[in-house]
Amino acid sequence: MAEPVLSLNNIGLTLAGNAGAVEILHDISLNVERGETLGLVGPSGSGKSSLLMLMGGLERATSGQISALGRDLSALGEDALARFRREHMGVVFQSFHLIPTMTALENVATPLELAGHADAFDRAEAELIAVGLGARVGHYPGQMSGGEQQRVALARAAATRPDILLADEPTGNLDGANGAAIMDLLFGLRDRHGATLVLVTHAPELANRCDRVVRLEDGRIVADSARKAAE
Amino acid sequence: MNIPMALRLARRELRGGLRGFYVLLICLALGVAAIAAVGTVRESIARGLQEEGSVLLGGDALLQFTYRQADEEERAWIASVADEASEVFDFRSMVVVGEERALTQVKAVDDLYPIYGTVTLEPQIPLEQALAGNGAALAPVLADRLGLRVGDIFALGAKEFRLTAILESVPDDAGGGFGLGPPSLVRAEALEGSGLLQPGTLFETEYRLSLPEGSNLAALQAEAIALFRDKGVRWRDSRNGAPGLRVFVDRLSSFLVLVGLAGLAVGGIGVAAAVRSYLEAKTEVIATLKTLGAESRTIFLAYLFQIGVLSMVGILLGVALGALAPVALASFIESNLPLPARVAIYPPPLIEATVYGALTALLFTLWPLARTQEVRAASLFRDAVSPSRAIPRPGLLVAMGGVLAMLVGLSAYLSGIPTLAVWAAAGIIGALAALAAVALAARRLSRRLALLRAVRGRTALRLALGSVGGPGGEAVSVVLSLGLGLSVLAAVGQIDSNLRASIANELPEVAPSYFVVDIQNDQIGGFLDRTTGDPQVSRVETAPMLRGIITRINDVPAREAAGSHWVLEGDRGVTYSAKPTENTIITEGEWWPEDYSGPPQMSFAAEEGAEMGLKLGDMVTVNILGRDITAEITSFREVDFSTAGIGFILSMNPGALAGAPHTHIATVYADEEAEAPLLRDLARAYPNVTAIHVRDAITRVSEVLASLATAITYGALATLVTGGFVLIGAAAAGTRMRTFEAAVLKTIGAVRRQILLSFALRSALLGFAAGVVAVVVGAVAGWAVMTWVMEVDYSFEPVSALLIVTGGILATLIAGLVFVWGPMTARPAQVLRARE
Repeated sequence: MAEPVLSLNNIGLTLAGNAGAVEILHDISLNVERGETLGLVGPSGSGKSSLLMLMGGLERATSGQISALGRDLSALGEDALARFRREHMGVVFQSFHLIPTMTALENVATPLELAGHADAFDRAEAELIAVGLGARVGHYPGQMSGGEQQRVALARAAATRPDILLADEPTGNLDGANGAAIMDLLFGLRDRHGATLVLVTHAPELANRCDRVVRLEDGRIVADSARKAAE
Repeated sequence: MNIPMALRLARRELRGGLRGFYVLLICLALGVAAIAAVGTVRESIARGLQEEGSVLLGGDALLQFTYRQADEEERAWIASVADEASEVFDFRSMVVVGEERALTQVKAVDDLYPIYGTVTLEPQIPLEQALAGNGAALAPVLADRLGLRVGDIFALGAKEFRLTAILESVPDDAGGGFGLGPPSLVRAEALEGSGLLQPGTLFETEYRLSLPEGSNLAALQAEAIALFRDKGVRWRDSRNGAPGLRVFVDRLSSFLVLVGLAGLAVGGIGVAAAVRSYLEAKTEVIATLKTLGAESRTIFLAYLFQIGVLSMVGILLGVALGALAPVALASFIESNLPLPARVAIYPPPLIEATVYGALTALLFTLWPLARTQEVRAASLFRDAVSPSRAIPRPGLLVAMGGVLAMLVGLSAYLSGIPTLAVWAAAGIIGALAALAAVALAARRLSRRLALLRAVRGRTALRLALGSVGGPGGEAVSVVLSLGLGLSVLAAVGQIDSNLRASIANELPEVAPSYFVVDIQNDQIGGFLDRTTGDPQVSRVETAPMLRGIITRINDVPAREAAGSHWVLEGDRGVTYSAKPTENTIITEGEWWPEDYSGPPQMSFAAEEGAEMGLKLGDMVTVNILGRDITAEITSFREVDFSTAGIGFILSMNPGALAGAPHTHIATVYADEEAEAPLLRDLARAYPNVTAIHVRDAITRVSEVLASLATAITYGALATLVTGGFVLIGAAAAGTRMRTFEAAVLKTIGAVRRQILLSFALRSALLGFAAGVVAVVVGAVAGWAVMTWVMEVDYSFEPVSALLIVTGGILATLIAGLVFVWGPMTARPAQVLRARE
């Protein structure tokens, strides 16, 4: 059997809050296979986004081990994690998180530049055209609608052809039509580039489009459609 | 508009406390404190001078005569009004010890001197004892220079004196103003036989009067002026014991207040930035209030009240600091100032500083506050990143114009130097406009550069350029806050170095070695033989010299005819000549014939004549040694005072001054190595003659200028410190944005070195822009001052300019990097989650 793209073993996450330490995740173990589409679902505060952040190396687990493409993320420093993401990961957020002082083109070109692509801007432009924003390359985020900003964010995440795409409620801030369009684009990107997609969502119709759905409650995995299928 | 509602809203919002307003408070407090402190010290000195007026003057009143003693009539008047009067002769001479000689300002006193105050001597012996016989006291610097010790013998003119004590201080010293020679004190009758104080010698006689209790000084002054003005008498009294000093202190402090206003303008940038940033954070509140039906004006007023209250807190902090700092340092200030100061808290300067602070705060608050009026509630939600650039409504612009006019008008009125104040205000506004224009240009340029293909792949640089050029950047506030402080510093640097260069390099090249005065008629032949016969002497110029005061023009009192021109203030040198000297350039009219013997004719300095509105044919009355001589202006000629050569405003035909006792002055241009032997020979042959070494005088002038430049540099540094706080405020305000940027950049694969480099580059770019503008502004200001005020050539001084640019880069780098730790260490997930 092929090595999993993402492997989480007994992961725990405790964060310091105003009222003391808060346990966010408990004893999470999970493998994500290459090319798989995984939906993380659950009520608000169940730890879905935190789990996604751990998978992206954007947060450090308090206990347990996370491997991505065979690399132990817990052993990597801040800069090594950044380099790893540059080469292997793309992340999409609910609030887009575009850099407001950069145009759409610059936002998309930046990860390509960081990865050392000489043709970063040409590729960025092609990505923007692919998400239907060929006419908006010179616009700043503040000049675009939420749907357009999320398309820029998608193009940015996909520009480096990552092995792993992580999306944290990418349609959470969008209306139904825009949300559907974004999801079509996201799944289209995954299909075209064959990336592994991990998606946090509240929307059942989105979860239904995933190969596998993991449900979290109170920081624990309470249901995993893959296990269910195996059983 | 609902004012009570606005007040209630403001009160509720103020519950949030001072959070987010520290920069505003610091900016206002610093600017106001600087102005209040300068004003307090100025007022302290003014009170000191006032209280010590009699001591500074050495009497209740002082009558000064140039070139002569009081005549019978004047003595009779003095005796009629004064309980007693002390007579002092004041003149320059040379102290000679063997081959060494040094210039001194001699006070030859009578036994009543000093009427008020005490002369401090070392050893502490009575003055009477010290000056008994041929005893004399010399200033310490003079004794040191000549290696004299108490008991040693030296010569003044042709007579020997014995040094009996070192002259630590004389009570009336501060009133004398700028002197080239350190003082020496002798008894007047001891000068007999010295050859000094001959007819025609340049000296002044001062009569210090002790007046009966309750004398009306103003009435006595009016009486004295009415009786004796045309005889060249000058009056001073204890109401203003040291007028020159008072004027100097007033001018310097006014100038420092103007520099302080530049600091306050920088603080204003900080205020504007703080208000803008605060309102951005309040966007949702404002939007909500609008949704709930609050009118724009009500919201505007609510925030105006709120910012007003906070500004008053800052201003009061500044006033307290500015008032208490001098009081806390009172003993240091009083013991280090060479003039009396009564350091205390005086309301007028504090009120002045408060008004300046309040007007500045209002001026810089109105524009950002206008956003609350101009932007719709819906757009406020989307405006967080790219603030509205809407120009405020005309009414508000007019209000801002009014506040600005009040600020400029007030500074012009209160400074007492309205022209300079208006120019300074124009300079500050111009500099701010230039800085704003450059900041915007830098944004555009950065924007364009960020898009260049050449920049692609240089991620840190492109990120920095993109950040500087992008919307919502900090370019304008950083360039403005740092640039104005640096501009003031650059201007001081350019003016100071040009002035020094002009004095140190250019002047000595054209200036003579010695300026010689008091050459008697029977000495001039021998003097010329010695000097012109010396192969190392390249040029000698001599001229007969008298002193006179212009009393009337066309039979009208001179001041009524020509206003208060400096030529009319006190006595001026007058010369005569049968024919124009070799280099004379007649600009208008004709010189009298060589053998002319008709009614008196006069050649007047062209520039000063034009300033006074004189024309050919005007009749000018000059009082020389008590005698009125009225002459017709028959020519104007160029007089160049910039070379330290001989220059007379007034020159007359020889017949006009026939018989008037006079001496000659001379300028001697010699090689440096010939100067010492020349002086030795002249002093030996003509002990009464005084030679002023021009190089020493230039050094003395340079020292005075250096201390002035230092004072102004401190003022400019205060501006820069305020700018530094604004800069730190801007950097602190940008921390949230940088933290977010760093988190996103880390997410998409940037390592910390790249992010740090990008942050550093953007700071350096802005600092560079501010520095370059400051150098340009400083150069323009330097050129303007040197060309129009000093009337000398200006040349760009690169060293201080380079320091300014480097300083600008370093300041922004430091301010930016102080706040980089947070963004660099924050985990991306925490930062990004907080913004979800």
